[in-house]
Amino acid sequence: MEKVLTRDIGTPNLWKLETYRSLGGYKTLEKALRESQPDDIVTIVRDSGLRGRGGAGFPTGVKWGFLPKDNRPRYLVCNGDESEPGTFKDRVLIEDDPHQVLEGLILSCYAVRASLAFIYLRGEFFLGAQRMQGAIDEAYAAGYLGTNILGSGMQLDVLVHRGAGAYICGEETGLIESLEGKRAYPRIKPPFPANIGAFGMPTVVNNIETLADVRHIVERGAAWYNSIGPERNRGTRLWCVSGNVQRPGVYELPLGIPLRDIIFEYAGGLHEGRTLKAVIPGGSSSPILTADEAMEVNSDFDALQKAGSMGGSGGMMVLDDTVCIVQSTYIIAEFYHDESCGQCSPCREGTGWMEKILHRIEHGEGRPGDVDLLLHMGTNIFGRTICPLGDAAVWPVESAIKKFRAEFEHHMRERQCLSGTLSIL
Amino acid sequence: MAVQFSQASEATIRQLLERYPTRRAVMLPALHLAMQEFPYIDDEVCQAVADLLQVPMVDVKGVATFYSLFPTEPHGKYSLEVCINLSCSLNGARRCLRYLENKLGIKAGETTPDGRFTLRGMECLAACDKAPMMHINNEVMHTNLTEAKLDQILQELSK
Repeated sequence: MEKVLTRDIGTPNLWKLETYRSLGGYKTLEKALRESQPDDIVTIVRDSGLRGRGGAGFPTGVKWGFLPKDNRPRYLVCNGDESEPGTFKDRVLIEDDPHQVLEGLILSCYAVRASLAFIYLRGEFFLGAQRMQGAIDEAYAAGYLGTNILGSGMQLDVLVHRGAGAYICGEETGLIESLEGKRAYPRIKPPFPANIGAFGMPTVVNNIETLADVRHIVERGAAWYNSIGPERNRGTRLWCVSGNVQRPGVYELPLGIPLRDIIFEYAGGLHEGRTLKAVIPGGSSSPILTADEAMEVNSDFDALQKAGSMGGSGGMMVLDDTVCIVQSTYIIAEFYHDESCGQCSPCREGTGWMEKILHRIEHGEGRPGDVDLLLHMGTNIFGRTICPLGDAAVWPVESAIKKFRAEFEHHMRERQCLSGTLSIL
Repeated sequence: MAVQFSQASEATIRQLLERYPTRRAVMLPALHLAMQEFPYIDDEVCQAVADLLQVPMVDVKGVATFYSLFPTEPHGKYSLEVCINLSCSLNGARRCLRYLENKLGIKAGETTPDGRFTLRGMECLAACDKAPMMHINNEVMHTNLTEAKLDQILQELSK
């Protein structure tokens, strides 16, 4: 399979402009500014069917189309907060090939007529921020940023904005609040950022990988993009495979290939003597799949959704037969409790209660009815919060109980793991 | 005594104030610069940021205390930040954390009495393919940790 986004990764000094250009970099931008109107780019991206790679999988061209037709300034915000546990693809793109992201970003700004863009990087991406800032400095010097870009009249200023360790900034309105210098409390929607976003202006928020995709879609066209992957699920995806596999890493693959191939072919399968127990396919919030489900499902957005889970951020965590599901669920619950921003009571309190109950079940102190209490709690969090963090905290707990209830019950009765043999706590 | 940013940092902040649409938006960049200049973000540092941004000091403090990367209390010279999320835990991260706790004689979240090390269990740091992993002072990354590797790292930092 032909690689697109990761094609050049591994080339020495790829993050330098000289190297990037020697591999054809910025030719797409030069051509587009010469020959295309902004609306042409919007049309290509819409027709490509590109769906956002950050988590929700919303069609990028449609998102751009929500911008109101008025004369207010528009902003583009690149979401590089990459905090969904199990996800590490954007780190690779920023650190190794920042110009690719930047070219996609400039093309996108041209398309949506934004003259100021922010690249929001999670605060822990120290090297990534350095590399991206270096790429931006080179791009200014080469005339790809600034005023009258390549003589086209386009103007664009780009700022790297570093976060500071808050998962909630991955949610686009939380990110916008953070960008504005505030606590990252997500906003009630509507209004959507397309209308009232950063600094009260129309704002587009796109993921790093999504913007990198734009660069290639503009270069090669919507028809080419539509030749990869099944209908409504076009293009390649950067799968981040981790957990109990032989070769964890980022694998760029066409959407829709069997999920088992990602694990057993590309990630090298499981460690010797182990069998597959479960897969969390799209970051820790995505509902867990049993081994049987994982072996059957295809890896596109729609197929995963049909199987009751989601492709999410592409963070695929693989669990083998040594893992106790009570423990893995507890670790996930601990995370969502830690990262709840505290704005909505159901999430702030509920995530803490879920963690506490899972902790006592894990430690053999579960009380009768605890498992059902967890499910009940989920129904009181789900859909009752401003942002999807509440839902994200419920999915992993609810799905784990539904699919591995015997393990929870066994913990309650016997005060030990049913099948997990190696403690991960 | 009131604290002051270096001239270089102050100049950087003034440049950013020109580029961002609002003054307050320079909050996180200013706090990141503050981290390089001051040991931690106390009320005086918040006041210095507030003065430059011309925003109320409580707003700066409210932001500084929200984000986990801004330390608002004294901490060790080296902050050992071990990821303990699921993918790292599946590969022994919590054993690594306990190993460090025993070696250093402190619990996660604490600082050694000599002020050299602070140990922290972190949420996912987006390097799950190199699990278990940790950051030191949010800048240096150590991957595929083993007890031998941790010994070596501690030895280097104890010099």
